[in-house]
Amino acid sequence: MTDTILSMRSITKEFPGVVALSDVNLEVERGEIHSICGENGAGKSTLMKVLSGVHPHGTYHGQIYFDGKEVTFRNIRESEHAGIAIIHQELALIPELTITENLFLGNEVAHHGGVIDWLEATVKAKEILAHVGLDEDPNIQIKNIGVGKQQLVEIAKALAKDVKLLILDEPTAALNDRDSDHLLGLLKGLQARGITCIMISHKLNEIERISDSITIIRDGHTIETLDVSEGGVDEDRIIRGMVGRDLSHRYPEHEPKIGAPLLEIRDWTVAHPSDTQRMVVKGASLTINAGEIVGLAGLMGAGRTEFARSVFGQSWGQKVSGSAYLHGKELTLHSVKDAIASGLAYVTEDRKMLGLNLLDTVRASISSAGISRISRNGVVDENEEINAATRYHRALRIKTPTIEEGVSRLSGGNQQKVVLAKWMFTEPEVLILDEPTRGIDVGAKYEIYEIINQLADQGKGCLVISSELPELLGICDRIYTLSAGVITADVPREAADQELLMRYMTQRKAD
Amino acid sequence: MATNLSEPAAPEVQRESLFSQLRRGFAGNLRQYGMMIALAALILFFQIRTDGLFLQPRNVTSLLVQNGYVLILAIGMVMVIILGHIDLSVGSVCAFVGASVAMVMKVTGLPWPFAIVLGLVIGALVGAWQGYWVAFVGIPAFIVTLAGMMLFRGLDLMILNAESVPVPEDFQKIANGYLPNFGPYTNYHNPTLILAAIAIAVLVWMELRRRNEIRKHGLPVQPLVAMVVKLVLVSAIIIVFALLLASYKGIPVVGLILFALVILYSFITQRTVFGRHIYATGGNRNAAGLTGVNTRKVDFLVMLNNSVLAAVAGMVFTAYLNAANPKDGQNFELDAIASVFIGGAAVSGGVGTVVGSMVGGLVMGVLNLGLANMSVDSNWIQIIKGLVLLGAVAFDVVSKKQGKPSFIGAIQRAFTKKPVAEKAESK
Repeated sequence: MTDTILSMRSITKEFPGVVALSDVNLEVERGEIHSICGENGAGKSTLMKVLSGVHPHGTYHGQIYFDGKEVTFRNIRESEHAGIAIIHQELALIPELTITENLFLGNEVAHHGGVIDWLEATVKAKEILAHVGLDEDPNIQIKNIGVGKQQLVEIAKALAKDVKLLILDEPTAALNDRDSDHLLGLLKGLQARGITCIMISHKLNEIERISDSITIIRDGHTIETLDVSEGGVDEDRIIRGMVGRDLSHRYPEHEPKIGAPLLEIRDWTVAHPSDTQRMVVKGASLTINAGEIVGLAGLMGAGRTEFARSVFGQSWGQKVSGSAYLHGKELTLHSVKDAIASGLAYVTEDRKMLGLNLLDTVRASISSAGISRISRNGVVDENEEINAATRYHRALRIKTPTIEEGVSRLSGGNQQKVVLAKWMFTEPEVLILDEPTRGIDVGAKYEIYEIINQLADQGKGCLVISSELPELLGICDRIYTLSAGVITADVPREAADQELLMRYMTQRKAD
Repeated sequence: MATNLSEPAAPEVQRESLFSQLRRGFAGNLRQYGMMIALAALILFFQIRTDGLFLQPRNVTSLLVQNGYVLILAIGMVMVIILGHIDLSVGSVCAFVGASVAMVMKVTGLPWPFAIVLGLVIGALVGAWQGYWVAFVGIPAFIVTLAGMMLFRGLDLMILNAESVPVPEDFQKIANGYLPNFGPYTNYHNPTLILAAIAIAVLVWMELRRRNEIRKHGLPVQPLVAMVVKLVLVSAIIIVFALLLASYKGIPVVGLILFALVILYSFITQRTVFGRHIYATGGNRNAAGLTGVNTRKVDFLVMLNNSVLAAVAGMVFTAYLNAANPKDGQNFELDAIASVFIGGAAVSGGVGTVVGSMVGGLVMGVLNLGLANMSVDSNWIQIIKGLVLLGAVAFDVVSKKQGKPSFIGAIQRAFTKKPVAEKAESK
């Protein structure tokens, strides 16, 4: 006898010109951890928005039964009231408020007349935080705790509202492995307390580890629901369902043609921009050869991005010491402009925040970094611009009808291709790629890898920063590990495996 | 390849109705066209209500002369607003520059061309001062220019010492002068007609050239009908406007200044690297910085430029009143800001055009003049202008929420009662 807490039947949701969900069915048992997998744009988030009332009843077709009753949520408040809490990828916490204030926002511990009893609230907050294993002062401001802990506060906030069904959208995307482990452990704990979880994630290893069942959605259709306890469910099995084809090789084959040293960085030390006594990168040295794909592995907070951005024209922190050589010639890197002129490119980690102007067209985005190449006396030659954009539109197979389309309308994978095109257009000698495949689907990842391989084949040097070790092992020829701002090892691909890298990434060298 | 991405589909060739061709042709700029249509409707309304008085040559000329300075201010202001800043000081800067120039001419007898140069230099210094605080110290422009508003008002009052300082007659021509007529007697002002003809020719030539270039690259072009309709409409407007001006005294000098500035700044914002940097910085400051844009320099130059244009407007206004007065320029900044927002700029930055702001400024100007022609009480004019500003921006916000920011789309929706579909989040 099964006990179904949630049943979504033949859900169809249309947007103008697109059918986002078509006849989707989802059955969730009480007390299970149910994962939803699918490529980006498959309809996972839309389905959750239908469930939580973000897309109100009447804007979709189909029925939802929750806790034995048919429900017709018109907004999030109603779904919350029924016991459904959704935790979005972008956290909905207010940075300037304290943990307590955030926990009870909209649900204040108030006496008659709306006066808040802060003492009682703080005591309650402490209690709730203990449920999620967070030992923090409830009066600390949200902005002062890490992303991992913020995530826990979000969950605590849901628990404070007596939640029956917790929906997590990419909960570990921004977390390091330790915080992810803690979070997943917490979900297991909640399960023991009878709370049902729906989790959306791109991290298949995590899904495989903690799910009881997995529903796969592809192009707005339910493909299948896998029961993990029956066995036979592994990452490859999930991927097969998601992409509808066997991805026997998740990483393209590549025969590296490694040449002479291209970029050498010696003894690079960077201080934190607001705390100049704190060294975020300490005496880092590395070499990238022509035609080589070099990985930079490190846990969150190890200083990977900070290092890259400091090298890229001191766009982060305060450089204390260090020199960079291209073809043995020392580079001047005082500004991003210098760095671009010297032949460096930095493909940023967060395309929406740092990589793109979302108001721009594909054309203007592609030309933005290399704009001086297509302008004379400060005037842009739009002819040349159209030419260049069209060239990359075709070469990188950016999926958009025209280059005049706004980049905000593209999918994540295609946006990432636009960012890549933007930097390829500057014709750099060395590309630093920071999390080049974060948040994009498996098919697009493969294409990004191929582009990186092609760049290497053209004799360019690539430095890939990634949190996903399998990715680094899959595409890099050599991997540096960074731990607390110190480069701890330089491992060739043949010698590297995940455990070894993790050992170096957590190794602390005496300062 | 193990992926299923298809090649981008070639633009489909198919027969479509004239209406949908037009719709496609104008898509994307609908907000701006919407405002233009509103402007035309407004003019038509006043023309009917005033029994044809509104479009009298004299009235049209004074529309230009009376609003010239606000439109000049709006040109600088739109760039500031695209960057995500605001400039509250322009009214005071107008007054300060006007007062300085008037006083210097009165005391030293400096010839007016030098006085103009002096005014521009003062504007640049003021702009450098404000730009410094905004760009290099990082103080929000709202605060810096609020301080500037008080600061330069104070300096203005100090210079004028509660008196009105007249300016020489030659200087007054900046606002009240007209081009000399020449050529055969045609009942019209010949130079104005020639300028209009040149403008139309250049417009047609540029449009055709652009179309050819786009086609050469195998990109989908605007439907021909849409282009022809657009060109005919714009040309008709220019011709009507030119004929009206030419049957009075011709194009006023302030009109020429404005015309030149609009062309110059449209070019700068749309076609130059610097213009791209303004939009890039306003759209996503962090991304722009990591793309090699010196965002501080952009901030500095745009703030500086705005004060220079405020100086131009200040001198035009002083010339228009024939004298510098202590209370000159009050609330000019608000008119300029309103023009920019009515003209389609976004409060969050990254969006806006010079031409749009001109349309926005003209909407305000037409309302002022038309309501005054209808002898509406000036208090009511103020109320109506406030509601128009709110309405224009609300319309934009609402239509964006509904989906495509489309004017015609909204009309279509009003006629075809379909369930309101939501827009797929474009994340």
